Amino acid sequence: MFDIAVIGGGIIGGSILRELTKYSLSVCLLEKENDVCMGQSKANSGIVHAGFDAKPYTLKAKFNILGNKMMKKYARELGVKYYNNGSLVVAYNEEEQLALKDLYNRGISNGVKKLKIINEKKLKKLEPNISDTAKSALLAKTGGIICPYELTIACIGNAMDNGAKLFTNFEVVSAKKNNDHFDIISKDNQNVQAKIVINACGLGSEKVANCFGDTSIEIGGRKGEYILLDNKCNGYFKKTIFKTPTAKGKGILISPTVDNNIILGPTAEETDTDDTSTTIDGLNLIKLNVNMMAKNVPLNNCITSFSGIRAYSKTHDFIIKESESVKGLINVCGIESPGLTSSPAIAKYVVSEIVSKLLVLEKNKSFNPKRKPDYFFKRLSIKQKNKIIKDNPSYGKIVCRCEQITEGEILRALRENPKACDVDGIKRRTRAGMGRCQGGFCSPSVVDLISKELNIPLEEITKKGKDSKILIGKEK
Amino acid sequence: MIKYDLVIIGGGPAGLASAISAYDSGTKNILIIEREDKLGGILKQCIHNGFGLTRFKESLTGPEYAYRFIKEVEKRKIDYKLNTTVLSLTKSKTITAINGDGIVKIKAKAIIISTGARERSRGALNIAGSRPAGIFSAGTAQKFANIKGYLVGKKVVILGSGDIGLIMARRLTLEGASVLAVAEIMPYSSGLKRNIAQCLNDFNIPLYLNHTISKIEGKDRVTAVEISQVDSNKNVIKDTAIKIPCDTVLFSVGLIPENELLDKTGIEMSPKTKGAIVFQNRETSVDGIFACGNCLQIHDLVDFVSEESELAGISATDYINNKHKEKDVIEVAQNENLAYVLPQKINKNIKGDIKFYFRVKNEFRNCLIEASSNGVVYFSKKKPVCTPGEMESITLPFDKIANLVDKIKISLYAK
Repeated sequence: MFDIAVIGGGIIGGSILRELTKYSLSVCLLEKENDVCMGQSKANSGIVHAGFDAKPYTLKAKFNILGNKMMKKYARELGVKYYNNGSLVVAYNEEEQLALKDLYNRGISNGVKKLKIINEKKLKKLEPNISDTAKSALLAKTGGIICPYELTIACIGNAMDNGAKLFTNFEVVSAKKNNDHFDIISKDNQNVQAKIVINACGLGSEKVANCFGDTSIEIGGRKGEYILLDNKCNGYFKKTIFKTPTAKGKGILISPTVDNNIILGPTAEETDTDDTSTTIDGLNLIKLNVNMMAKNVPLNNCITSFSGIRAYSKTHDFIIKESESVKGLINVCGIESPGLTSSPAIAKYVVSEIVSKLLVLEKNKSFNPKRKPDYFFKRLSIKQKNKIIKDNPSYGKIVCRCEQITEGEILRALRENPKACDVDGIKRRTRAGMGRCQGGFCSPSVVDLISKELNIPLEEITKKGKDSKILIGKEK
Repeated sequence: MIKYDLVIIGGGPAGLASAISAYDSGTKNILIIEREDKLGGILKQCIHNGFGLTRFKESLTGPEYAYRFIKEVEKRKIDYKLNTTVLSLTKSKTITAINGDGIVKIKAKAIIISTGARERSRGALNIAGSRPAGIFSAGTAQKFANIKGYLVGKKVVILGSGDIGLIMARRLTLEGASVLAVAEIMPYSSGLKRNIAQCLNDFNIPLYLNHTISKIEGKDRVTAVEISQVDSNKNVIKDTAIKIPCDTVLFSVGLIPENELLDKTGIEMSPKTKGAIVFQNRETSVDGIFACGNCLQIHDLVDFVSEESELAGISATDYINNKHKEKDVIEVAQNENLAYVLPQKINKNIKGDIKFYFRVKNEFRNCLIEASSNGVVYFSKKKPVCTPGEMESITLPFDKIANLVDKIKISLYAK
């Protein structure tokens, strides 16, 4: 029996899981997919928000500010790329200029530091590719960028290194309270027992809460489509560019990513399914918007488009509390933007303020906050690279030519926590296949490496588990 | 730092031919750098025949064609490094490469870039829909089939009528798969005529011109695609979608020269070819760096890759021997019917007839191809049909160029 089962392997579940391993507890993570980080944590803007956007006195505002302050150290411990590139909310007309003032005041009241409104001249000097129609902007120096799946995988990997257990393909379908614990049953009838359950299931958190008998959670879905540009466009914008927000949300942004791509999006479309298809209309809407926001948008360097579904609570604020109807069930739901930014602070709060009231917490003296290795091979010096290659020549063999990812990194992703077991898992852990050819050249080699390392036949290798086999069998 | 007279980046058909010709013209100290575990480049996976008809007057498979060159490289004992990837290249001709021994720096007197091309992906086209397994570029499917021996799907729809897609349509059909449709956004095929006949018509595979894929469906594996008609701006016309249940989608939508290595060299690039701007000897705007093969222009037949690369090899030897370092330049222009002309510049100090390669933007009939300068026509020829899928050429005798001072313009007129 586990002390605590966290359900949902996204950034919220992952960061809570890691926080729990700082204490002497037996913990596990239940994930319904073949790999962790398969929902909205793998398909969002990857922004570390400054915190001026959320309504004052909401949980969103509170955790955004706290999370923003924690992120730098958090990322460093986990060996995750993070840049404090700053963000700009741009006003393109007088009405938006007025709204910018409100946003500034809101930011100050939320406690955002280093916030100021800059004029047209300064804005165009900072970002020469901004549209000629731009009038002024709110500059938030504390804004940043991070890779959401890199962070999620690192949190879960570090938690596992510190003793957490992971169950994948564990889709919770029912749960039973038995005196001091829950019996949690999966679709294929596996049973995990835990004293406390944390529901961090994103889009699925209403359904999972229902399984436990809590019907108070109401979750909606909003689909956001994105276009990603090649890292050739590195430098096109240095800061994250937002439009002035409207009632509908923050709207479409233009931002560099930590891997030197440019991300454009998201759209915002209400949805009641988990279908993450992109649409012609959605992609056209992004193009239309970014061409109004900026000039010379290098859309011809598009390398892919994708979409994610943001789960939001119908209360329009985060839900972070123990269930009123089911003791021992902690709901951490409706964590839409700024959820990624808030995640380290939410994790800390959940453990120190909620879990601590249900269980006695004792420090785990052997907890190691560092995830090793904490470097990105491509960015090491020649000397450092040579040292690694000398110990392990597979680091000298480039498999993904577009992103310059080596065989050594792919093998590491198959061996270290949480172990990759499909092609997309390799992609999210190493970036092999993330580049301009989108896996055209490297996918046959990646499939080979997975097959050899896991000792399974080529035709059994999947893109993302279940029925997503890459090949259908041997030739005649 | 390792030193070589000539370093050739890429051991595919272009690199191999340039190495042999550089050697035979007098450069003995050569290194070929190849990122894969064998020489031969993309030919390794092209097991169909039809290679070498122009050059050897016989029909070879890709591996057979490559082997003829590999044998010659081996015979000359030209150095090559396999499993070695060039990470960067400078204007001063220092190469940084990585392999299992570590990172090496190599200094060269001359460099030939023969890095080939990559396939345009689904992502680059922004095709809408879901992102399940079963979506491949045609070349990736070819590699799985011909190198690994695995079939990628049973019910296949192909977007784009490029040659690799057409070849794969036949290959998959012969392996028992059904190729249900080939959709082509243009009003004509971008492949060779012989491939349309032998790979589609012979197997009754329908070709939908002016069509694209408007949606891909399926959660884990592809379950269907929608193909729709496009208007003259290549935008999907709503309500024209036909849904085709299938498990696999192949993309054969063009090749993009791989020139990311040149980004930091300051070599002048052509937005038309996406390759370097070169003189007739295939020298780029940086002295002593040459380019040939598909990284320079997308060829239709490997025979012409070999021809072009031999020229680059000889030119590298000339450069190493301090020939043609003085340049007397005239520019090459083109008319609106051409997609590009190569070379883009002429150095009049290099003697010899000049073969201009070009591709047309549309299908043209009753064509007149002209080379002119300042309104005076110096050379012309007629051709009944020109199509974008086939590379065209016109050869201009050197004596016509020797005294030119203005731009030389290559034009195509059609009735």
